Amino acid sequence: MIFDYIRLYCRYVDISLRGQMQYKTSFLMRSVGHFLVTGTEFLGFVALFNRFGQINGWTLPQMGLFYGMISLCFAISEAAQRGFDIFPNLIKSGDFDRILLRPRSPAFQVLGQEFQLMRVGRFTQALIVLIWSAKRLDIQWTVANLTLLLIAIVGGMCLFSGLFVLQATICFWTTESLEIVNCTTYGGVETAQFPVTIYRPWFRSIFTFVIPLATINYFPIHALLNLRDPLGSTRWVQWISPLAGVAFLLVCLQCWRFGVKHYTSTGS
Amino acid sequence: MKPYVAILRSRFLTLLQYRAAALAGIGTQLFFGFVRVMIYDGFYRSSSGPHPLTLDQVTTYIWLGQAMLLLAMLDVDKDVAVMIRTGNIAYEMTRPLDLYNLWFARAVSGRAAPLSMRAIPIFVVAGIFLELQKPSSAGAAALFAVSLVGALLLAASLVVLMTISLLWTVSGEGIYRLASPLIFFFSGLVIPLPMFPDWMQQWIAVLPFRALIDTPFRFYLGSFNTTAAVMALLHQYVWIVTLVLLGRLILTRGLRLLAVQGG
Repeated sequence: MIFDYIRLYCRYVDISLRGQMQYKTSFLMRSVGHFLVTGTEFLGFVALFNRFGQINGWTLPQMGLFYGMISLCFAISEAAQRGFDIFPNLIKSGDFDRILLRPRSPAFQVLGQEFQLMRVGRFTQALIVLIWSAKRLDIQWTVANLTLLLIAIVGGMCLFSGLFVLQATICFWTTESLEIVNCTTYGGVETAQFPVTIYRPWFRSIFTFVIPLATINYFPIHALLNLRDPLGSTRWVQWISPLAGVAFLLVCLQCWRFGVKHYTSTGS
Repeated sequence: MKPYVAILRSRFLTLLQYRAAALAGIGTQLFFGFVRVMIYDGFYRSSSGPHPLTLDQVTTYIWLGQAMLLLAMLDVDKDVAVMIRTGNIAYEMTRPLDLYNLWFARAVSGRAAPLSMRAIPIFVVAGIFLELQKPSSAGAAALFAVSLVGALLLAASLVVLMTISLLWTVSGEGIYRLASPLIFFFSGLVIPLPMFPDWMQQWIAVLPFRALIDTPFRFYLGSFNTTAAVMALLHQYVWIVTLVLLGRLILTRGLRLLAVQGG
């Protein structure tokens, strides 16, 4: 059963990629464009660290670790969850009705709509920052540390995927996509590029407990760098905290199922 | 002149209809501004040295940036892009109008309408609740207004240049995808331009992009003395004239090579 799903998903991705490769120049320009957008933003931070030295005791390579981890997770989910991102189109055109008729779960089919490869621009940029920062910080890539990084990235991917699913779920009621949700996706990346402790306490709480972005980088990084957390988290909390992202996705999928049950076609 | 003003007006009014999109944009921009201000707050609290701008000035700069974002977030004219791809541009050429002026008028209203819809509410909200300060003096406010007009014209000339570049790339993926992030960066929207390292300042000063964002904002903050103010306005208007002339030249060449692909 599960293999059947994986095989089908690979097929979806294959078709989507082949489609995108029909316009190679276009793909290349867009990818490089994405690389430049996030790359110049990071250069801005480099200039700020150059001038100010540090922020709340954090140095540029340390901040680069926060930045790289969150941006990497976001790039992957953004590419994979494109189907949920453009979900309003499926509702408006009535194509979602067709999806409901097919013998596979609707969420799975929406996921398979598109795999947007041009997000490789952000991905590459984030990876470069991550590797550079890890080198500067002399992180030992022991099995333990690699495992922690992997858990964090999987957790982050789940968390952002959850946000995309939630954004799509809202469309069951509003039909239009609400740009305000971008505050949690794009705004979330922007926020979590820095340690949450630099923000005001109420704002920090939102991104720790409601949309648990801090669990993806803030807590694991304390374990990676062997630092003491001023917020008082213990090592084992730092290790399992990214699982909050997985839990978040599961909750979002529940909301999605509820949305599907209440779906009424636009009739177009 | 009259037909271009008519085009400018009608398109401005059409674009004012997109109020829902503007409203959503305002929410997002307020959020991003809020995060940015907190980040700068963190930086200023962590260091004591003298800085090119005070925290209050940076905060004001950020809110102005969120309000005027569309002045430097440039994109090609989508309608013209479709015309070029479908070949309908041939009809445009038969009109008794100058194509450059037509596109320029479209670009001006294409910037001004969404810009005013977003800028004014952000200005009000940030001014009342979020520490956006008043212009440093009445003179500063007047010069801010003058250079804002210049910034709008400069933005339009850049939009037209990017749109013209589509004449050479049928797929519609011109160099503008690469140009727009760089314009954004060198305008002062990523970080305030005075924050860049000193060795970069001389380059930033020459490039046209600071006139989109940084020049008006510095007028607002009152950072220029008389000489600097004159030079800043001169820099802005010289670049507008240069880019308009360049655009006209390239458009003439492009139209000569234009082959409409049937259909």
